[in-house]
Amino acid sequence: MSKIQQSLSNQKSFIAFVTANDPDLETTVQNVLALAEGGADLVEIGIPFSDPVADGPVIQKADVRALKDPNLPVDDIFEAVQKIRQQSDVPLAFLVYCNMVFQYGYDAFTAACAKYGVDGLIIPDLPYEEQGELTPYTKKHGIDLIPLVTSQSGDRIPRLVKGMTGFVYLVSSNGVTGQRSEEDFSQNLDQLVDSVRRATDLPIEIGFGIHSPEQANEMAALADGAIVGSACVAICEQYGRQAPAHLKDYAQEMVTAIRG
Amino acid sequence: MTNEKTGRFGQFGGQYVPETLIPELNRMAAAYEEAKQDPAFQHDYRELLANYANRPSLLYYAKNMTKDLGGAKIYLKREDLNHTGAHKINNVIGQALLAKRMGKKRLIAETGAGQHGVATATIAALFGFECDVYMGKEDTDRQQLNVYRMELLGATVHPVETGTKTLKDAVNAALQAYAANPDDIFYVMGSATGPHPYPSMVRNFQSVISEESKLQLQKAEGRLPDKVVACVGGGSNAIGSFAAYIDQPAVTLIGVEAAGKGLHSTDTAATIELGSTGIFHGMKSLFLQNKAGQINPVYSISAGLDYPGVGPEHAFLAATKRAKYVGITDDEAVGAFEYIAKQEGIIAAVESCHAIAYVQKLAPTLPKDEIIVCTVSGRGDKDVAAIAKYQGVEINE
Repeated sequence: MSKIQQSLSNQKSFIAFVTANDPDLETTVQNVLALAEGGADLVEIGIPFSDPVADGPVIQKADVRALKDPNLPVDDIFEAVQKIRQQSDVPLAFLVYCNMVFQYGYDAFTAACAKYGVDGLIIPDLPYEEQGELTPYTKKHGIDLIPLVTSQSGDRIPRLVKGMTGFVYLVSSNGVTGQRSEEDFSQNLDQLVDSVRRATDLPIEIGFGIHSPEQANEMAALADGAIVGSACVAICEQYGRQAPAHLKDYAQEMVTAIRG
Repeated sequence: MTNEKTGRFGQFGGQYVPETLIPELNRMAAAYEEAKQDPAFQHDYRELLANYANRPSLLYYAKNMTKDLGGAKIYLKREDLNHTGAHKINNVIGQALLAKRMGKKRLIAETGAGQHGVATATIAALFGFECDVYMGKEDTDRQQLNVYRMELLGATVHPVETGTKTLKDAVNAALQAYAANPDDIFYVMGSATGPHPYPSMVRNFQSVISEESKLQLQKAEGRLPDKVVACVGGGSNAIGSFAAYIDQPAVTLIGVEAAGKGLHSTDTAATIELGSTGIFHGMKSLFLQNKAGQINPVYSISAGLDYPGVGPEHAFLAATKRAKYVGITDDEAVGAFEYIAKQEGIIAAVESCHAIAYVQKLAPTLPKDEIIVCTVSGRGDKDVAAIAKYQGVEINE
C-alpha cells in the first residue's frame, strides 16, 4: 500500500491544494507546512502552467501570479519540496499538466519526484487512453498516478482504476475547478461512488467545487474524503505571504467538519 | 504510421484531454466513422457544399502573376469565393451535419480572425442550432466587423480575457465550455487540431479542396501540379489542399507559416520551423514553448495564423519530410496583399497572402513548364482596415 493510500485509509480525509510560487516558493513551503499542521492528510502542489485548461478562474489567476517569470524552472519547485521534506512527511502530490512532465522527460520527472519526496501525480490532461506512455516510469520510481473518474465515465470505471495506486479522484461535476453551489454537483454522486467502490479498494476522494465545511462534511460522508483546491487558493490570493496562518486555521476547520 | 482509428500520425496526435471529455469524444469518433460510411450523410454534405457553399470553387489561372513573376504557371484555388468567404465553411457543414446526427442542440466554436466563427454562426442559423463563439479579446477588437456579423447571424460572441487574449485562449475557453456540458454541446473545432477525432475529421472535410483542384487541373493541363502551396496556422486549409496529393511523391507540398516580425524575433507564430514537440490542446504536436514547457505568446499580423501550435498531421508531414514549411513575415504578407490586389484584382485574406508571398518568391525560380497551385483560403475584406493602418493610412468609416 502506497504512502498516500495509507494516509487516506485511516480516517475520513481532507486534501488541500496550493499553487507553487504563489506568490513565491518560500511562501509555498510555509503554506504546505501550515496545511499539514492544520491536519491535511495530503497536500497537492499545483505546478503553474500557462494554459490551465481544467482549472477555473481562481486557480487560473494563481497560475498567472506564479508565472510572473514564465521561465520558472521546475527544478526550483523540486527544491521547495526538498525544504518541505526537511520539516514534514505529509504525503504530497503534484497537480501538473502533461506538457510540463513531457518537457522535463517522463523518466527524469518521476525520478525527481521519488528523489525529493513527491508521492503522487495528478495529470488532468493525461486520460486513461494516453497513460501508457507515462506508467512505465511512475511504476519504476514508485509514484502514484492518480486516476480521475467523472460522471461521464460510466462503464469505463473498472478500466480507469484497475492496477492504479494512491486514491481515486472523483470529479464532483462537469467543467472546471472552482466554487459550486449544491445544485451544480452531479446527480447521483452516491451511485457513482458505489460504482467506483465495486471496482477498487482505493480510497475515493471527491473534488471540484467544494469550499464550505458543510459541503466537505457531506462529500466526505459520501466517500472517503474531500479535496479542496480553489478555496485554499482564494486564501493565498487574499493574504499573499501571510497566507500560512490562515491556511492552517482553514485546514483545522475543514478537518473538524469532515471528521466530526 | 498513420492510424485514423486512434488518431495517431506517427508519434503525433492522440487525445490528451480531461476524462470528462473522453467518453463524448469517443461517441463523436464513432458517430463520424458511421456517418463516413453512410451514403445519406455524404449526399447531404455534398449537396450543401454545392448549393449552399457554392462549390466547386474555381481553380483560377493567374495569368498576370504568372507573366509578371516570369516562371512557373500559377493557379489559385479560390476558397475566398465560398459562401462566408473562406475555406472554413467546408468543415463546418460537415461537423454541423454530424452534430445534427448526434442530436445536439448547441454548437460552440473558437475563432481567431472570425472566419470560423462566422461560418459556424452561419450554419447554426441555417440548421436552427444555438451558437456560442469564443474569441480572444485582442481579436474581437481587431475584427469588430466579424463580431457583429456573428451577432447578426444569431450567435453569442464571448470575448476571452484570459492569457494572451487570442486564438489559443479562445480554444481554452471553448474546451472549458465543452467540458462543462459535454452531453448537450457539439464543439465545432475550426482547424485540423485538437484531440482525436478532430484532426482526421477536419482533414477529411477540407479534402474537398484538393480533390477538386486535382480534377480541375487535370482538365486544364492534363496533369498534376508540381507544387502545392497553402498557409498554415492550425493547418486546416493546408491539409485540405495537400490531402489528395500526399500519396503523389512528385507533388511538392509547401506550408507557409506566419513568421510575424521574423524567424529570429520572438514576435512570430512559425510553429513548425521554431517549435518543439509538446502536449497541448488535446494533441501531441509541435508548439512554440519555453524550456519548462510553458506555451509561448505568439504573434502575427494575421489573427488566423496567430496560434502557438499546429495540427498533428502537419507535424508528421514535416517530420517525415513529405511536406516542407517556410515562414513569411508580416511585411512580406502585406506586400502580397497589395500585389495580388493590383495584379489579379483579388483582395485576399492576410492569412492567404502568406502563401501568395511565398509564391512570389518561388515562381521566378521555376521553369515555365512547372505548375504551382496556391490556395487562397479566404477573402480579405475583413483585413482592409488593418492593412490600411499598417501602412499608415487613416480611414474614416
